[in-house]
Amino acid sequence: MSDTPANLRYAKSHEWVRTESDGTVTVGITDHAQELLGDLVFVETPEVGAGLEPGGACAVVESVKAASDVYAPVGGEVVAVNEQLADSPELVNSDPYGEGWLFRLKPAGDLGGLMDADAYQAMVDEES
Amino acid sequence: MLIFERSRPGRGATAQAPQSPAEVSSLPERFRRSSRVPLPELSELDVVRHYTRLSQKNFSIDTQFYPLGSCTMKYNPRACNSLAMLPGFLNRHPLAPASHSQGFLACMYELQEMLTDVTGMKGGVSLTPMAGAQGEFAGVAMIRAYHDARKDTARTEILVPDAAHGTNPATATMCGYTVREIPTDDSGDVDMAALEEALGPHTAGIMLTNPSTLGVFERRIKEIADRVHKAGGLLYYDGANLNAILGKVRPGDMGFDVIHMNLHKTFSTPHGGGGPGAGAVGVSERLRPFMPIPVVAREDGGRYRWLTEKDLPQSIGRLSAFAGNAGVLLRAYVYMRMLGRAGMSRVADFSTLNANYVMARLREKGFELAFPERRATHEFIVTLKRLAKETEVTAMDVAKRLLDYDFHAPTTYFPLLVPECLLIEPTETESKETLDAFVDAMAQILEEARTSPDKVKGAPYTQPNRRFDEVRAARELDVAWRPGTGVGEEAREGRAG
Repeated sequence: MSDTPANLRYAKSHEWVRTESDGTVTVGITDHAQELLGDLVFVETPEVGAGLEPGGACAVVESVKAASDVYAPVGGEVVAVNEQLADSPELVNSDPYGEGWLFRLKPAGDLGGLMDADAYQAMVDEES
Repeated sequence: MLIFERSRPGRGATAQAPQSPAEVSSLPERFRRSSRVPLPELSELDVVRHYTRLSQKNFSIDTQFYPLGSCTMKYNPRACNSLAMLPGFLNRHPLAPASHSQGFLACMYELQEMLTDVTGMKGGVSLTPMAGAQGEFAGVAMIRAYHDARKDTARTEILVPDAAHGTNPATATMCGYTVREIPTDDSGDVDMAALEEALGPHTAGIMLTNPSTLGVFERRIKEIADRVHKAGGLLYYDGANLNAILGKVRPGDMGFDVIHMNLHKTFSTPHGGGGPGAGAVGVSERLRPFMPIPVVAREDGGRYRWLTEKDLPQSIGRLSAFAGNAGVLLRAYVYMRMLGRAGMSRVADFSTLNANYVMARLREKGFELAFPERRATHEFIVTLKRLAKETEVTAMDVAKRLLDYDFHAPTTYFPLLVPECLLIEPTETESKETLDAFVDAMAQILEEARTSPDKVKGAPYTQPNRRFDEVRAARELDVAWRPGTGVGEEAREGRAG
């Protein structure tokens, strides 16, 4: 059973979003997504300063099974990326909601279009 | 053991070596090597044994059933090889004038004609792309050239269904297009509502494989073609799955404007191992002016000649110094001439019959099909999602266990849309006995997965190497040997007893 923290918001394409105290948002992929992908061998993060369109492909996660795009759950400007993932992509597997975060955004819109944990979990349950 | 580790100083095939040191005085001092190249030193017999042993460790179509979906690993008749190696072909210089190459040019012309006929691409075929990937590139470059020639430059998007080969979005991107993914509906066809929504004045074209990588025939292909054309886009056909429809239905008749053919999949040229490849492209009439050159033409007097930029000034250009991989094209030519028109459609008959037979028998044995209500084309998908949940035995485990039963594994985890999948393509060249033996092995592995899952998870046991750490291999890719570093030692320690 995958973990779905209640304090996060979720996108259909399996990204999570956490609002930080300074108003920025942190983005990563969910526990369910990392489980499906299997052991990651490569993560490509966006560049700091890049402007992301909501729903646009903005990062790549690659496992021995598949390479998959990560979509921006909300638009905005990238203010930080997780540099550790270049050498340690496995952090996304071991700690998807913590050390395995992908990037941080200054959001251009609100998170209204995203799901809460219950809705996301229900979607995952229905898929499997 | 690596060939470097068998090396002993001074050993070599001395009878073949120059008797006196090479004359280097004309080479400036600074360009001369000051130390020896660190190449292995072995006798000729040592080298022969080393590579013969390596070849015996291989799984190959010459020794084992090879049901690698989406790759059409069928048997290439030996005649294709031996006839392409006739001295007249082998010794022809690529710069020989056309007047000295009429036989070769006639073969290429006829190959163009046969491919044109079997695909229904009325604008003709160019044989020049050197591989499937280059064929794809040439195809999309022609789409681009077509729109550019019409000054229709707002078309910046190529649509690609999510079931596509990964090369399709890569090709579109290489040609400067933005890729827009189109989802697949539950029965494996293109989602028409999503297609309709995506089409517009920015649509340059759509790249489709039909039958798709899901092993099913896209039933609404005419409707898709009509809608894409109506929006001003062109249709690109990925020829990877041509084996299923050979002599039955033609991409040109389905409404496609451009197609690339993987001659190694369908027309019996060398598979894998670096090829050499051949990715012929066929076009509809409106794309003919943009074909890559050179193309062979037959003149009124029956003479053959190369068409160049003078004949096709709007061509996307040359993709290689000469005219594609001549020897490989000859193999495809021989294969097609041996099959003839009737043989061509028997390829489709038997490749689809074999796939449907294996599919039906695996279903009987308790395997779950990804699209149980659909008839298979030349390949089909088994999903082990439920098995993985119940027993933790995954598609990868089953694939590895098949090696112990002396079968090459099917394609695993592709297409990405189907979880825990095996994409199985038996091809037309296998006998019923071989197919039955494969089904029996699969049934036995299913039984093992339920009764002793650890056994399956530990496979393979009978191969020269046990299971590789694929994650580490991908994260720390290092395949270069360097003297004195001990690289290669670990692989030996990990070997099974």
